[in-house]
Amino acid sequence: MNAQTHIKYENKFNEWISPQGMTFASAEAEKAYKTRTQMIKDVVELKKPVRIPICPNIGFYPFNYAGVTPQEAMYDYDKLGYALKKFHADFQPDSLASSPIYGPAPIFELLDYKLYRWPGHGVPPTTPYQCIEGEYMRGDEYDLFIQDPSNFFMRFYLPRILGALEPWQMLSPFTDILELPFIGGFLVPLGIPPVQESFQKLIKAGQMAMDWIQKCLAIDGETTSNLGIPGLIGGFSKAPFDILGDTLRGTRGIMLDMYRQPKKLLAALERLVPIAIDLGVRSTAANHHPIVFIPLHKGADGFMSNQDFKTFYWPTLKALVIGLIDEGCVPYLFVEGGYNQRLDIIADADIPKGKTIWIFDQTDMKEVKKRFGGWSCFGGNVPASLLKAGTPSEVERYVKWLIDEVGKDGGYILSTGAVTDDAQAENLHAMIETGKKYGKY
Amino acid sequence: MSQELVQAITEMREEDALKITNQMLEAGTDPLEVLEACRNAMEIIGKQFETGDCFIPELILAGEMLKQISEIIKPRLKKEAVQKKFGKVVIGTVEGDIHDIAKNIVAFMLDINGFEVTDLGVDVPPMKFVEATRQTGAKVVALSGFLTLAYDPMKATVEALKAAGLKDVKVMIGGGQIDEQIRQFTGADGWGRDAVAAVKMANQWYGVN
Repeated sequence: MNAQTHIKYENKFNEWISPQGMTFASAEAEKAYKTRTQMIKDVVELKKPVRIPICPNIGFYPFNYAGVTPQEAMYDYDKLGYALKKFHADFQPDSLASSPIYGPAPIFELLDYKLYRWPGHGVPPTTPYQCIEGEYMRGDEYDLFIQDPSNFFMRFYLPRILGALEPWQMLSPFTDILELPFIGGFLVPLGIPPVQESFQKLIKAGQMAMDWIQKCLAIDGETTSNLGIPGLIGGFSKAPFDILGDTLRGTRGIMLDMYRQPKKLLAALERLVPIAIDLGVRSTAANHHPIVFIPLHKGADGFMSNQDFKTFYWPTLKALVIGLIDEGCVPYLFVEGGYNQRLDIIADADIPKGKTIWIFDQTDMKEVKKRFGGWSCFGGNVPASLLKAGTPSEVERYVKWLIDEVGKDGGYILSTGAVTDDAQAENLHAMIETGKKYGKY
Repeated sequence: MSQELVQAITEMREEDALKITNQMLEAGTDPLEVLEACRNAMEIIGKQFETGDCFIPELILAGEMLKQISEIIKPRLKKEAVQKKFGKVVIGTVEGDIHDIAKNIVAFMLDINGFEVTDLGVDVPPMKFVEATRQTGAKVVALSGFLTLAYDPMKATVEALKAAGLKDVKVMIGGGQIDEQIRQFTGADGWGRDAVAAVKMANQWYGVN
């Protein structure tokens, strides 16, 4: 690791631990904030913090808890704020359930977003948003995508997933604007009435997004100011295989491509690496926060053989992880499903020590500890089923077992295995309280 | 030739499998023999899936090959090949959940393993499971769900089946966040994480060896 990378890393952490312009409601809250962010920095660096940080991954749980439906939370930002503030005040975890992840549903409606269904819009008001997989990029469009991903997104992908942007099929690529004589011709499609209408909708959507983000910042800011709870996620990115598999080709599409056109698939995955790095780096810079959340979807045990994982999934994810670390970021890999067959592959010595966070779901934590202990921060594994159908004493026993078996040496975060949408309040309390009592070093 | 077809399918050589199918038919092979070869190949793939030697890409590709081969031989079949069915299974993703990839793979594997599958799709309310189970007379119901918020609808569906008097119907649940604790919570008879587990349960409940 070179000195410049280390400076970037320290600067990013400093910006997060000592945020500019943040006013805390009390000295106590400020101290709690500094302690919590320092705990995260310590575990990333494989040290023992004052206590094990407790960072459950929270989805739509706060709304049911506070008596607000997911639909209300996505449409009415006052209700969103009410539920999240109540959740944080009552549970006091060490990291925020950040308000922006629930999304501005009125904007999705305005733009006729087709990739997802959300509460009250295709799924019941009581369920979270859910993705509709499809071949939004066709199997014969790889060359088009590889040649210029931005052009593909603008003129092919976006018109398919956003009804309001359907007229963008008629646009010309921005790379057409070379010299004076090109500008007039490039602009002509922008005068077509449906294209004009699409831009007008975008202007409106932009105004709505500004209003939404200000409300979100106020919601999270109030929780941080009052309770000293920091957000754990500074930015977002995805494994290239998941970018292509989740929303461009779909599971069926990408898995057939592994056999039918592996070379093109690999070329497209390579093409996505710098794009995925840039996404993560830019979002952390904007949020003055080093940690990049990367949820892993289609590489879990059972989805493909280890050989295919090593060919199709891992190389470009590894390049993303290393690329982010080089820019001073801390990749936080949320390892959904089981990774019991993959541990020897992902505990890769090319990834520098003490620069990543891995939160596991259904992976054997003792095996994780064997490979990750002394190399990377890890945690997770409190089962969603236990939080829903177990008792507080069962939860307490499980958390103590986790801490005893894998959490004693530092470099460890207590977290849920899955995103928490449904749980019993007393069980979630039991998880957090056991961690606080039993997790002191 | 039959053996070559089995090999092409199990080795995931899609083009060869289609070529061999056409060659067999041109040489005057009974289309039923081609179907039999497909069934043998799928049995091998199912076993490989069980032992961890093949995975979802292979199941999806095998499904694609099967679909294409069936289309080739369909016009040549004098009458529909009637495969002996072991029993009926009603399957669906429970209310509020619209994930269907895993459910489709389970339905496909049950189908090629000799079950008559009624697929109710996604976001299926408990009463729709009850009606379909009554109508088909199925003795096995398979509930799929990806969300943790599928736990309650699964429980509600099991209860609705019982309340409707369908007490001898066996219910299996499956999904990424399903385990024994959730089986007990929902009152289901069995649970599984993959398609092979579903086939095993259906075989056991219908007394298939």
